[in-house]
Amino acid sequence: MIDEAPLASATTSSTDPVIRTIGLTKVYAGADFRAVDELNLSVDRGEIFGLLGPNGAGKTTTAGMLTTRVIPTAGSAFVAGVDIVAHPTLAKQAVGVVSQTNTLDRQLTVWENLYFHGRLFGMGAAASRRRSDELLEQFQLSKWAGASVYALSGGMAQRLMVARSIFHRPAVLFMDEPTAGLDPQSRLALWDILRELHAKGQTILLTTHYMEEADQLCQRVAIMDHGRILALDTPEGLKRSVGVDTIVTVKAAGDQAALAASLAAALVGVTRTRVTEHGVELHVRGGDRLLARCVAAAEEGGYDVEDLSLAEPTLETVFINLTGKELRD
Amino acid sequence: MAAASRLGADNEVQGVTRSAFAASRTALGALLLRDLVVLRKNIWEFVLRTVVQPFLLCFVFLFVFPKIGQAVGSTHSTGGPSAFATVLVAGVVGISIMFQGVQSVALQMSQEFGFTREIEDRVQAPCPIWLVAMAKVLSGSVQGILSALIVLPIASVVHASGVEAQISLHWWVVLTIVPLSCVAMSALGLVLGTSFEPRNIGLMFGFVVLPITFLGGTYYQWTRLAPVTIGRWHWLQTIVLVNPLIYVNEGMRAAFTDVPHMHLYIIYPVLVGFCTVFLTVGLRNFRRRVLS
Repeated sequence: MIDEAPLASATTSSTDPVIRTIGLTKVYAGADFRAVDELNLSVDRGEIFGLLGPNGAGKTTTAGMLTTRVIPTAGSAFVAGVDIVAHPTLAKQAVGVVSQTNTLDRQLTVWENLYFHGRLFGMGAAASRRRSDELLEQFQLSKWAGASVYALSGGMAQRLMVARSIFHRPAVLFMDEPTAGLDPQSRLALWDILRELHAKGQTILLTTHYMEEADQLCQRVAIMDHGRILALDTPEGLKRSVGVDTIVTVKAAGDQAALAASLAAALVGVTRTRVTEHGVELHVRGGDRLLARCVAAAEEGGYDVEDLSLAEPTLETVFINLTGKELRD
Repeated sequence: MAAASRLGADNEVQGVTRSAFAASRTALGALLLRDLVVLRKNIWEFVLRTVVQPFLLCFVFLFVFPKIGQAVGSTHSTGGPSAFATVLVAGVVGISIMFQGVQSVALQMSQEFGFTREIEDRVQAPCPIWLVAMAKVLSGSVQGILSALIVLPIASVVHASGVEAQISLHWWVVLTIVPLSCVAMSALGLVLGTSFEPRNIGLMFGFVVLPITFLGGTYYQWTRLAPVTIGRWHWLQTIVLVNPLIYVNEGMRAAFTDVPHMHLYIIYPVLVGFCTVFLTVGLRNFRRRVLS
C-alpha cells in the first residue's frame, strides 16, 4: 500500500516551477459548487507567493490539495516535481505546513517538538538534536527549550510551528492564514521571519485575507474568489492594473449617493464611486489639485466636508474592482 | 555574519530524496519512539490508571466479599472463593488490556482530532496516512502488554487470606494470546476514537465500554452462562459472542489458569477476525476524518 514511485520521476531541475497545477478542481462531497475551479498555477523556486481572497474563496482548499490533505476532484498538481495525487507519500517529503490552528504536540516540550519532527522526516538522532538547537536559537525560543508548549504565547507557538515546518528543509513551505489571530506585534515579527526565510531561498506559498500581508510580503499575488483566480501579478502590477492613481474618501453629512454622483460629475478622471461607512470613496485617475477640487465640488453641491483623505490604491482596491465587494465581506 | 551564512547553507532545500518505503519505515520508527518517550514521561500516571481498576475489583471481590460473607457465584457449586479468584484474576488482566486500548488509543485520538488538532501535523509525516493510525495501534498494544505485566501480580496479591487464585502459566498461550488481544483491543480503541466526537466520549463509555465490560466475561466464564435460557435457547451465551472481550478473557483464562475455558481453536481465529475487522473499519474512519 506504500506507493513506490521511481525516484527518477521526482527529480526536478532548478528551473522547473516548484508548484504546478493543471485544471485543479475540488468539489466537496454534498456541495453543488466548486470550492476550487480549474486552477492553473505555477510557483517558481524561491518565490513568496500569495493567495489572497475572502473566506471561502478556495485558498485553504488549494493549499489543502497541495499538501495532500484534500483529494482533488479533477486536474493534476505537482509539488517539487512529484504528482501529489499519484504519490502523496513522496510529495510530503518536500512539503512543510503551518496550519491556521496550533497543532503542536502538547505532550512534548518545545525542544522535543522539533526533535521528533526531525526524526519523523528521517533525520538521525544527532543531526536532529543539532538542528533543533539551531532552530530554537534562530527563532529565539532557546530559553523555552524545556518548557511545555502550553507555556508559549500565541506568537511564540506560531514561531515554533514555523521552525518545525522548515526543519526538514522542504521545497515549499505552505502557510495557511499564518497571522490570523495574532496580535499586531507578533504579526510583524512573523513577517520578519518570513522575509528572512525568503532571503535564504525558501519557497513559500501563503494564503491570507489580509491585503497588507500579501502586499508587504509576496512577490506575486493571485487574487481568488469563488474558487477561481481573478488576477495574478506582482502587488505593484495588480495595483497598476486598476488604472487608478488615487483613492479619495470624502466624509460629509447628507445623501451619500447624491454626493457621490455630484463629485463624479464635477471631477475629471473618476472611474468608480462607492459609498462606504467612512464616507464616499472615489477612484480617480490623474489627480491634479485633487484635494482642492474635491472640496470645491462638494461645497458647490451644498455639502459641508467634515473629512477628506487621499490614499494610494491597495490590493483591496484591486479586489473591489474585480468583484464589486470588499475582501472582508 | 558567520552565523548567518551557516544558517543560509543549512536552509538548502532537501526535496524528495528518499523512496516512499524508506521514508515510511523511519517515520513509523519515529512515531513509536515519540509515543514511548511520552509514556516514559507519564509512567506514574500510566501505572496508576492501569492499577486502580484491577485493584478495586480484586479488593471488593476477593477481599471485602469474603470478609463480609457476601457469596459470589455460589448457587452452583463453583468451588468457593478461591475458584472465583482464579476466574477473576484472568478476567482482570483481560479487562485491563481492553481499558488500555480505550485509553491509550481511543481517548488520545479523539483528543488529537478534537481540541488539540495535533493529528493535522502528524499526518503530514512522509508516510501513508494509515501508517500514522497503525503506529497508534502498535504503541497502544505495547501499553496493553505492559499493563498485563503490571496487573497480574496485583491480582494475585490483593485478596483475603484463604482466597487464593490458582495461577498456572501456559507460556505458549501467554506469548501469543496476550499480544494478539492487545492488538485487537487497541484496534477497537482506533474504531471508537475515530467514530466518537470528543464531546460524545461520555456516550462511548455508557453505551459501548460499559456493556462490553459487564458482558465480557470478566467476572464469569463463558461456559457458565449456559443456564441463562429462554425455552431451550441459551440466549445470553449466544448474544455475548459478539463481544470481543469474551474471547480476550477466555484467552487469558487459557493462558494464566487451569480453569475450563472456550476452546483455543475458537479463540485464536475469532480474535484474528476481530483484529481484521477493527483495523479495516478503524483505518477507514481515520482516513475519512483526515482527508476530505
